[in-house]
Amino acid sequence: MAQTPTPKIRMPATAKAGEVVEVKTLISHEMESGNRKDKDGKAIPRKIINKFTAKFNGNELMTVDWFPAISANPYQSFFVRVPESGTFTFEWLDDDGAVYKAEQKVTVS
Amino acid sequence: MTIEPLADGHWDGCQFSRRDVLTGAMIVGVAACIAPLAAMAAPAQVEEELKKLYAGKPMADSKIKLDLPSIAENGLVVPLNFDVESPMLDKDYVKNVYFFAEGNPNPVVAAFHFTPLVPKASGQIRIRLAQTQIIVAVAEMSDGKLYTAKKEVKVTIGGCGG
Repeated sequence: MAQTPTPKIRMPATAKAGEVVEVKTLISHEMESGNRKDKDGKAIPRKIINKFTAKFNGNELMTVDWFPAISANPYQSFFVRVPESGTFTFEWLDDDGAVYKAEQKVTVS
Repeated sequence: MTIEPLADGHWDGCQFSRRDVLTGAMIVGVAACIAPLAAMAAPAQVEEELKKLYAGKPMADSKIKLDLPSIAENGLVVPLNFDVESPMLDKDYVKNVYFFAEGNPNPVVAAFHFTPLVPKASGQIRIRLAQTQIIVAVAEMSDGKLYTAKKEVKVTIGGCGG
């Protein structure tokens, strides 16, 4: 990996109570599938992000298992409800055990 | 080699008829096409994964809206949109959504696990497709009912490296 994966989140920072908003996430990662070979014909070992988790104020909303068929620099969009002011946290778990995190505070107006 | 009917109007048995030659060529051609696919997942492998998950339970062909391009120029990045019809209430929600690629080296693409806190089982991911193939989506509801949807994607450049 050339650089540490950096997550990016795009979602509104304010919402009405109970509003449904779309979350767009992106993280820079090679998602090395394990199927490729280097120029000497040796298999390049698999290294992907295998799990994505979304939480709101510590409660788990959803998890997604990713497999090598997920494109490099994985993009994922989905929907969440904003019941009250709070913090959404997103976590990506790497094959090597590293966890990449991102947070977004949303205020209910 | 010229093929001419014998004087009595029958073909000479020791010569190749046009049909023999064509059939032979087709067999060779088909074998050549199948060989590289041997390493790829087949529809049978997707079936096997589903059997492991749901033991052959019947699936209805509804409720899932699966949207992929009909033709993907670049198999490395193919957008996949999905939307599963559900009220997403505590007692009635979409539990799991699986995506399978019949023509990839590994048949499973992604597995979404939702809770009723999510307002709708919908989203987008970007996936790799090694070749032209059918994508299968399977949704499991909280009451155990299964729904499925399929979509074929023609891939111009495959996305598995090599």
